[in-house]
Amino acid sequence: MAVKDYLRERFFPHLWCPGCGHGTILNGLLQAIEKLGLSKNEIVMVSGIGCSSRITGYVDFHTLHTIHGRALAFATGVKIARPELNLIVPMGDGDALAIGGNHFIHAARRNIDITAIVMNNRIYGMTGGQFSPLSGENIYATTAPYLTIDPGFDVVELSKAAGATFVARTTTYHIKQMADIIRRAVLHKGFSVVEILSQCPTYFGRKNKAGDAVDMIQYFKDHTTSIGSKAKKENPDLLERGIFVQKEMPEYCSEYAKVVEKAMKGQ
Amino acid sequence: MKDKTKFVQGNEACAEAALYAGLDFFAGYPITPSSEITETLAYRLPQIGGKFIQMEDEIASLCAIIGASLTGCKVMTATSGPGFSLMQEALGYAIMAEIPCVIVNVQRGGPSTGLPTHGSQGDVNQARWGTHGDHAIIALTASNHQDVFTNTVEAFNLAEIYRTPVILLLDEVVAHMRERLVIPEPGEIPLVERLKTTVKQGVDYHPYLPREDGRLPMSDFGGVHRFNVTGLFHDMWGFPSSEPGVVHGLLRHLVDKLENRTNQLARYKEYYTEDAEQLLVSYGSAARSARHIVENRRLRGERLGLLELQTLWPFPTDIVREKCAHVKSVVVVEQNMGQIMQAVKLAVDQPDNVFLANCIDGTFIAPSDIMNILRLIQGKGV
Repeated sequence: MAVKDYLRERFFPHLWCPGCGHGTILNGLLQAIEKLGLSKNEIVMVSGIGCSSRITGYVDFHTLHTIHGRALAFATGVKIARPELNLIVPMGDGDALAIGGNHFIHAARRNIDITAIVMNNRIYGMTGGQFSPLSGENIYATTAPYLTIDPGFDVVELSKAAGATFVARTTTYHIKQMADIIRRAVLHKGFSVVEILSQCPTYFGRKNKAGDAVDMIQYFKDHTTSIGSKAKKENPDLLERGIFVQKEMPEYCSEYAKVVEKAMKGQ
Repeated sequence: MKDKTKFVQGNEACAEAALYAGLDFFAGYPITPSSEITETLAYRLPQIGGKFIQMEDEIASLCAIIGASLTGCKVMTATSGPGFSLMQEALGYAIMAEIPCVIVNVQRGGPSTGLPTHGSQGDVNQARWGTHGDHAIIALTASNHQDVFTNTVEAFNLAEIYRTPVILLLDEVVAHMRERLVIPEPGEIPLVERLKTTVKQGVDYHPYLPREDGRLPMSDFGGVHRFNVTGLFHDMWGFPSSEPGVVHGLLRHLVDKLENRTNQLARYKEYYTEDAEQLLVSYGSAARSARHIVENRRLRGERLGLLELQTLWPFPTDIVREKCAHVKSVVVVEQNMGQIMQAVKLAVDQPDNVFLANCIDGTFIAPSDIMNILRLIQGKGV
């Protein structure tokens, strides 16, 4: 099936700004799904609120555009009710880890078979450029006119600590790697987290003099490297990309099926 | 029939009724005084192949059941005041996206942490207006375990018919009190199952295009129709829209589908109302004391009646006006500072004749409390 067959063309044009990285993530996501050969009826995509979360409207799956921060809680309900469905949850950085932080760590702890995609542009775009818990220090934002003093979360370390059994990071520059990682994440049985660094030239870029979209994508190329690469050893400031964790652990829905079996036997 | 008769808590009656109604999925978070509903269903649901999950908070609990409802499940969550406060945003989402679900709020004293193990009826207006924006809501209540059972089943039925969240406003007294419950035979209370679309695969399905009767046939997530669900104002495909005609049409639909059926939705019981000179209006646990005093005074020849409301929202204005039309005074008996009294005053022709008999100290309103108020109104003094 061609990638465009996964889109709801009726609802285009999309609302993302020119140069926004989220369209590239949509592309990578659909490439991954095409490669997986999944039927559109087998996929439920759940999102919260924010620029990133509008992605659900554009794809021809079962789509649930919910409330800010709670996408994983809605997705948990769908998944437990119908474990055979594939749950993909794209979230922005604020959506996933500020207001949604609690649901994020608990979904990871349960190891429920959901793929969480953190579309990390380090800013609240929909509301006009406020800093997020992934902005990090020394960033200009409309709510940080004197630079941020808040340290950021490291999504990879947080996910690992919370119990996610698949953890990966990539960027909008590395589109082939992105499609490959998303494909593996969806195949993984358990809670998978894919952090994708995305550019917001409109707010993050403009406020922080990071240049235009091309400059920001170039930054991802120049400042990231493969996990454990020689370049990383030479320059520890580089951010690693790739799959950090991939392990088999009991998955929540499968474990609950055993609870049902036990209860039905009257044990 | 012996095994059908139980001696249970109100919370257990509610849980049993949910199972009778066809509950498939429950998500909850522990909170007094509702935890027995959650505990009972954690034990009972997997026995029948249903699903139970304890979520990380009440927000997640309501979100999870909304998600599960979209796959075709009958769903419920249960909480108390603080948890109900946390649920308000997701409640509005279920209203906007028209997703059937049942939310039990076993009321305790508030505001804030309040009185966790004491009774109250202080969340009546929160049930009506807790979530933001114009909307309509259904809220039911009950004063005894048999009615808890019946109205829990009714809550599930109304959620399916109107594709809406239904709030079951119980209170700590009824929830924790033990009394007799007779479980009805299967089929004794009719059950409403989900209205599914008949639109065939490959044909454009409009999830948010109401039929002529206002009902919206659904298609389950995982089925052959793929559509968008959102809390934004949306068109007939469920796609976000801020077009004034779409916004107006949807808001009118959401309100009218319930407010235009207020009389149909009204559940109530009446005792000695035909010739009553004074009428008590009450609901939930407070109605037990109200009924006691009515039975007691009737024995002495006093023309006292009771209207027990079981549907609180939409408020049964016409019925209350009609029942209060020929009485000298109306006394609203409730365990709050007059939340339903205000609605009664708005409903009746002579609001100055509406009085409040309440109790707000966490103890249960006693028949003697009501009697004292009646004597004061009658000019007899306490």
